Amino acid sequence: MNEKPEKLIDKKGLRLDGRKPDELRPIKMEVGVISNANGSAYIEWGKNKIVAAVYGPREVHPKHLALQDRSVVKCRYHMASFSVQERKSPAPSRREIELSKVIRESLQPAIFTEYYPRTMIDVFIEVLQADGGTRCAGITAAALALADSGIPMRDLVVSCAAGKIENTIVLDLFDTEDKAGSADVPVALMPNLNAVTLLQMDGILTHEEFEKAVNMALEGCKTVYALQKEALKTRYLNVKGEVETETKEEEEAEE
Amino acid sequence: MSVITKVKQKQIEQLIEKGTRLDGRGPLEYRELKIEQGLIERAEGSARVLLGKTEVVVGIKIEMGEPFPDTPNEGVMTVNAELVPFASPSYEPGPPDENSIELARIVDRGIRESKMIDTEKLVIEPGKKVFIVFVDVYVLNYDGNLIDASALAAVSALVNTKMSKYEVEEGEVKIKSGYEQLPLRKHPITVTCAKIGNKLVVDPWVEEEQVMDARISFAIDEDDNICAIQKGGSGYFEPAQVFEAANIAKEKAKELRKKLNW
Repeated sequence: MNEKPEKLIDKKGLRLDGRKPDELRPIKMEVGVISNANGSAYIEWGKNKIVAAVYGPREVHPKHLALQDRSVVKCRYHMASFSVQERKSPAPSRREIELSKVIRESLQPAIFTEYYPRTMIDVFIEVLQADGGTRCAGITAAALALADSGIPMRDLVVSCAAGKIENTIVLDLFDTEDKAGSADVPVALMPNLNAVTLLQMDGILTHEEFEKAVNMALEGCKTVYALQKEALKTRYLNVKGEVETETKEEEEAEE
Repeated sequence: MSVITKVKQKQIEQLIEKGTRLDGRGPLEYRELKIEQGLIERAEGSARVLLGKTEVVVGIKIEMGEPFPDTPNEGVMTVNAELVPFASPSYEPGPPDENSIELARIVDRGIRESKMIDTEKLVIEPGKKVFIVFVDVYVLNYDGNLIDASALAAVSALVNTKMSKYEVEEGEVKIKSGYEQLPLRKHPITVTCAKIGNKLVVDPWVEEEQVMDARISFAIDEDDNICAIQKGGSGYFEPAQVFEAANIAKEKAKELRKKLNW
């Protein structure tokens, strides 16, 4: 299972899963999946399966963390113990603590936190199955959950990674490529404000390769953004449909 | 952000707009940098970095242990960071928080991804026994830009590291007299840019960190490659600013490298 593949790109220039270098994995999103939460979304990004949910604005806990001029945003990125090949301890790892921080910082610029002083907004991301690029998929789902919760936002946040495998810059690495490849560059973007809210990298890239990778990731973000908007629309057309049927039923009952 | 920092924010932004800073530096100027190596005799390697008033000590300890199952032919390196409670009025004793974990992981990535340590030379018995290099970062005084100071201190300490010579006799490791240098290949330098107003400055000190929108750090090796990046802070960068910061980091890393004796 964990054996390193010999070639990551074949003679035709296709990757192990048959994708072209600048091709995304198939992505599906659904908004409004956790009935208890104020907002939620589910994303399937290749084999990644992730749920994000938002609670708030609500009372700050513990109280001393409250800010007088804006809302406190908290974020917890967590991987389920069964989400990876070898069982992961459910206790938060150092990686998860770091990712929770950078994900929070990637979402914060989009939220009008000043509208809700002395409150807290909780963002939870639960990775049910991981296959590389979970932080990007998690951010994309979390932004949808925030939008679903009705908290005013400057823009959506969308995220996608690019990287380098065998001297080729490619979009959206999956786990095997990430582990065997030579660099991974996750990027998060507020597409209408043209603002990068997350940027990390590990690996080795020249400056030219770095620019190419960032530009490719930004293009990827724009593609995912279209899907994100579609998912929100679907959700609200459904809500609209439900409301209309209800009123119709009520009217019929009255007659 | 307190009221005082909001007032100060304006002052800092206006100054940077004019091309200068509250402490008199230019936008692309580092504070005075002092490095002292080998100050902790008990440690296999050590270094103290003073970057302005920011002070960081890194000690290296080397122990024998098991390799990770997925890398049986490589030694192990781990980085830990302690924000010592007296380093800032806002620090408190307790388990590592997200800030110290992030700091440790940024320093770790710079060293790991640049392939600085030749970990294949740290294997005693493949899959069973290897050397583990512990890089422990202690922040003694916080005056901004812990990332660059800690990364410099960690690399300086690794350069300073000597390990005991050993031989393997019938599966037993025997320590011989004498020391040898820890096998190193590269020397990454980490440069952090802060975005204040809409301008970039390097080496933000504490008052600038309190008012900055966001920061971005690049680890650069001697061949000008980028080995690690981390954006932090709850603001954003325009894509063009990211590339501008990358170029600043490349130039500053070159400049810093000239001053160092690595």
